[in-house]
Amino acid sequence: MTQTESSNEVMIELDELTKHFPGQANPAVDKLSLTVKKGEIVVFVGPSGCGKTTSMELVNRLIEPTSGRIILEGEDVTNSDPDELRRRIGYVIQETGLLPHRTIAHNIATVPKLVGWDKQRISERVDELLTMVGMDPDVYRNRYPKELSGGQRQRVGVARAMAADPPLMLMDEPFGAIDPITRERLQNEFLRLQAQIQKTIIFVTHDIDEAIKMGDRIVVLRDQSHIAQFDTPEAILTNPADDYVADFIGSGASLKRLNLSRIRDIEMATDAPIGRMDEPADELARRLDASEWSAILLLDDRKRPTRWVNAQDLRRPGFDPTTMGLKARAVVEPHATLSDALNELISSNGGCAIVADGDGAYLGVVDLETIMAAVRAMREQHARFYLAAKNPDTVEV
Amino acid sequence: MATDTATEHPEETIGAQTGTPVKIETSSTHRSLIGWFGMPVFLILILGATYIWIQGRELDSIEQRVLNQRVLTEKLVEHLQLVAVSTAIVIAIAIPLGVILTRPFARRAVPITLAIANGGQAIPSLGLITIVVIWMGIGFTPVIIGLVAYSALPILRNTMVGLQQVDHSFIKASRGMGLSPMQVLMQVELPLAIPVMIAGIRTALVINVGTATLATFFGAGGLGFVIFQGIGLNRDPVLITGVVMASGLALLVDYLAGVAGHFLSPRGL
Ligand SMILES: Nc1ncnc2c1ncn2[C@@H]1O[C@H](COP(=O)(O)OP(=O)(O)O)[C@@H](O)[C@H]1O
Ligand SMILES: [Mg+2]
Repeated sequence: MTQTESSNEVMIELDELTKHFPGQANPAVDKLSLTVKKGEIVVFVGPSGCGKTTSMELVNRLIEPTSGRIILEGEDVTNSDPDELRRRIGYVIQETGLLPHRTIAHNIATVPKLVGWDKQRISERVDELLTMVGMDPDVYRNRYPKELSGGQRQRVGVARAMAADPPLMLMDEPFGAIDPITRERLQNEFLRLQAQIQKTIIFVTHDIDEAIKMGDRIVVLRDQSHIAQFDTPEAILTNPADDYVADFIGSGASLKRLNLSRIRDIEMATDAPIGRMDEPADELARRLDASEWSAILLLDDRKRPTRWVNAQDLRRPGFDPTTMGLKARAVVEPHATLSDALNELISSNGGCAIVADGDGAYLGVVDLETIMAAVRAMREQHARFYLAAKNPDTVEV
Repeated sequence: MATDTATEHPEETIGAQTGTPVKIETSSTHRSLIGWFGMPVFLILILGATYIWIQGRELDSIEQRVLNQRVLTEKLVEHLQLVAVSTAIVIAIAIPLGVILTRPFARRAVPITLAIANGGQAIPSLGLITIVVIWMGIGFTPVIIGLVAYSALPILRNTMVGLQQVDHSFIKASRGMGLSPMQVLMQVELPLAIPVMIAGIRTALVINVGTATLATFFGAGGLGFVIFQGIGLNRDPVLITGVVMASGLALLVDYLAGVAGHFLSPRGL
């Protein structure tokens, strides 16, 4: 993190934002100060009741702060017209809040209508957004919310929040009520979408895994929205600020770290012997011999991995590459996380995972060693950073 | 394949899920033939049977004085006027009142208002109208006031319940997108409350059709005239005609309000 951020990089700044609900002994949010930069996803994470939702609703002033300031794109909006303010901030909630008596198109059009877009522009935008969240406009635009699945409703909720292209989006546990498989899919889709649209997002969750996955930076909150740690997922996993953060991350911190890097970020092995299905057995055997591997990977005519065969298979009379050896399992794409790769690797009985591109063509392999090395590197890097920051004189960087 | 690769083709599963859209199943959209036509057929049968029965009788002169087209039409029209005017007034009062009482600033006025409305309905209708008549004298207006006081509660209560039962997430999301409180009321809360509100109006209509039979005691006419002539003159055909007309009207009004409710309720609920 650099200390010198020019102000045009800042999307929103919260300055000692406080909410004291009447009749309560302590404030629900106590002097929350933080800065969110343009284009990043900042995740508020913390246990239930720590004030995440209240903090988020202070930002669009669904809850009016008791004290403190909100500065959006350099402008103090603490006392501006709240309806105007909210039209500039996308808002997604767990329950979606899609209006049941309005069609999907009508729901998405809510804010564009409020800010006075013309019909033509609105309907084009609705179709564009539906396409963006992976739903065919012709199929879905005239449906009603109850005619959609939970995951689709949440997609529409996201589309609706983005409708008038707000610079900032607030998302309060958007995927919290969705089954784990669909949630995973929505998370991935959303990250892919975010890579294109580069919105500034404040994302609330109580799930540390989701926070690690979604966040460019994570704010770990304790009671009354006190910030326990505000840093990148890597830094939080590697160097939790205190026991509270460490406890919150839980025992799986090392494994969670595997979610942070993707196969494309690490060095995969490209020295595994490969051959074509139609090559003669002795040719394959010679190549296998020359390598340090115990099996050779056969690729089909489109370079897709099919089977592993070892020296024994190759020596057998009547060698048939379509039936002998082991079927090539554990194929992952370069954007899979190390956690995905490890998973595949363990559940298949081979010693390594095969990396293939989107069309299934072979790129290389990763084995346990590669993954361990990556984890070690990550850890050392952060340990060094941590020590260096604490004790700049004694550690060389 | 890794989970991440599966996400490349989300439409495979989602398409399969939504290929058959979820059926919207509410009692009203899938109203059966009996639901739509049962009541009109029943009414025609009852009214027809009564008509044929009366036609087939030798009416004496006392009976003829009431059971003739001029009197019956006049009483029916009077009755309809009482019901229409009282219901229109009660809607005009109770719905805005219900809306106001569900706004946060009015929270403190809720118990007292509901107590008054409850009181209006707890007093026997005859007594209630009598009180108004003692105060204002007989005629159309005092009877209307009595009817309004008596039927305000169902509309008021259903308006409030209808608005309160609107899921808070709809309001929160709408406010969060920048709709003003008034826009939320008009575009979100009221449309979503309509089915419950219409049920209240239906109840009020039926109450008014029934209670308006008492109007005849206070010089405001209506079908009660026929019924109480039948009792007073000890003539069953007159009594039965009055009862059939009044209850037929109540059933018809209830049916029509149900149909109206079906078409006025927003789709998608
Ligand atoms: N409208 C409200 N009135 C009073 N107290 C509230 C209100 N909203 C939240 N709180 C309190 O503020 C605290 C934080 O709540 P919340 O922000 O919803 O937590 P989280 O989203 O982290 O679970 C809780 O103790 C809750 O009871
Ligand atoms: Mg919450």
